[in-house]
Amino acid sequence: MITAERKPMDEIMGMIDGCGRILLVGCNECVTVCAAGGRKEVALLAAGLQMASMKKGRALDVREMTLERQCDPEYVEELAPHIDQVDAVVSMACGCGVQEVARRFKKTPVYPALNTKFMGASEGPGIWAERCQGCGDCLLGLTGGICPIARCAKRLMNGPCGGSTNGKCEIGNDVDCAWHLIWERMKELGIEDRYEDVIAAKDWRTGRGNGPRKILREDLA
Amino acid sequence: MKTESVLEKVLASGELAVTGECGPPRGALPEVVQEKAAMLKGYVDAVNVTDNQTAMVRMSSFAASVFLRQMDLHPVFQMVTRDRNRLAIQGDIIGAYSHGINTMLCLSGDHPKFGDHAMAANVHDLDSLQLIQTVRGMRDEGLFQGGAEIKNPPKMFIGAAANPFADPFELRVARLAKKVKAGVDFVQTQCIYNIDKFETWMEGVRERGLHEQVYIMAGVTPMKSAGMARYMKNRVPGIDVPDEMVKRMAGVPKDKQAQEGIDICIESIERLRQIEGVSGFHIMAIEWEEKVPEIVKRAGLYPRPQV
Ligand code: SF4
Ligand code: SF4
Repeated sequence: MITAERKPMDEIMGMIDGCGRILLVGCNECVTVCAAGGRKEVALLAAGLQMASMKKGRALDVREMTLERQCDPEYVEELAPHIDQVDAVVSMACGCGVQEVARRFKKTPVYPALNTKFMGASEGPGIWAERCQGCGDCLLGLTGGICPIARCAKRLMNGPCGGSTNGKCEIGNDVDCAWHLIWERMKELGIEDRYEDVIAAKDWRTGRGNGPRKILREDLA
Repeated sequence: MKTESVLEKVLASGELAVTGECGPPRGALPEVVQEKAAMLKGYVDAVNVTDNQTAMVRMSSFAASVFLRQMDLHPVFQMVTRDRNRLAIQGDIIGAYSHGINTMLCLSGDHPKFGDHAMAANVHDLDSLQLIQTVRGMRDEGLFQGGAEIKNPPKMFIGAAANPFADPFELRVARLAKKVKAGVDFVQTQCIYNIDKFETWMEGVRERGLHEQVYIMAGVTPMKSAGMARYMKNRVPGIDVPDEMVKRMAGVPKDKQAQEGIDICIESIERLRQIEGVSGFHIMAIEWEEKVPEIVKRAGLYPRPQV
């Protein structure tokens, strides 16, 4: 999923300075799962913004909505009846959702309430960790199902650096060394000998190297 | 001989080779490079010139290497994949070669987190192994990584680092084998304090005959004080300083610790040179270049061969 964290209150307050009425829009997908921008977080932020405004001696009208998927035009359309009544939209979706709202409603400013972080997975209650950087040419079949691009701090594709210590990355004890994990997994799968297959320099055109990417599926278009 | 590298010639002659290290200054101070280099002249075959070492901005390895060439020293041009993409890397390699630099070391580099620009984006377009492959392709096939032909391709003698002490230990021989497969000509190891562990690694290296396919230069760093020994033991990832060594350093009075560090370094070289497959020494006397002549002489590595 795409993970995100809420921005500090002051920053959000700064963005909506001068607004009397806002539409605060959550999303029911990834940001709900990572507890950053679902219905519950929308309600919490709405209350927080109103309180902060009151302290400044201003009234703030907050309308709350949570869409099924904010990155999908079909659902974003649900905002249309409300958009003219507000000074701004504050989006609690990931950056994709924020942009979809901005694309649909040309005249109303849209502000992000979240910092979008990474594509990751949950490692336990309240913990999410990065897993994939969307390189567009997945190597996981060669690396035992553990991604060296997203999970090695130096993006090494051919083995651990000289700083790997007791299974941890040289950048800190709270980060697993991706290559330690890959090696352990290769052993479990009995494919240690495959470690010595050199992974050649990557063609980053499948990733960001080629500019903004697009998928076009003729069969669906 | 694959190149004109003096280091290659010494290694190929079968003599124990010696390299030193010159860390460029944090400012436009050519005289600092020249002073350090002058201390090493005549005592080493080649001098590693570090590339934004510890992820701190310094004079570039390329520029400092050119100063060394002007003094008729032989730089080992270090290059990390952290700071440059493949365009910049290859441009610098042909530039360096045009200045008579024919030996280089391919590294991934310390993470920016350790330096003074922790906010920097790290590039890692290639990894250290792919860099080895790239330099080999430039030399042996005369092709850029992208496939186009190079006019007058750079003939670099290709080095890399090897750390027998990092984890997972059991993977460390395979890691070297993989670098050999990618085309490395020589490796310099992380500083060796735990000689027993190094011997175990070398056994594995010999079992696979890797010592016959790549020159292995044993890395040594004299310790200046017990404090430095403790710091290296506890703080530097991938360095293994046994307790006895810290104790030995701490066991002598403060004003004698530096000398003790030099003595340990020389004893280490004496023991390491007995190990089959060790082709030379990489003496990293960090900000202590003036001690290199003493170490080289007392270790019986002086005079350096004329090749
Ligand atoms: S190899 Fe690429 S696509 Fe596969 S997990 Fe890693 S970043 Fe994602
Ligand atoms: S310690 Fe492991 S994860 Fe960290 S940079 Fe080195 S190889 Fe990558």
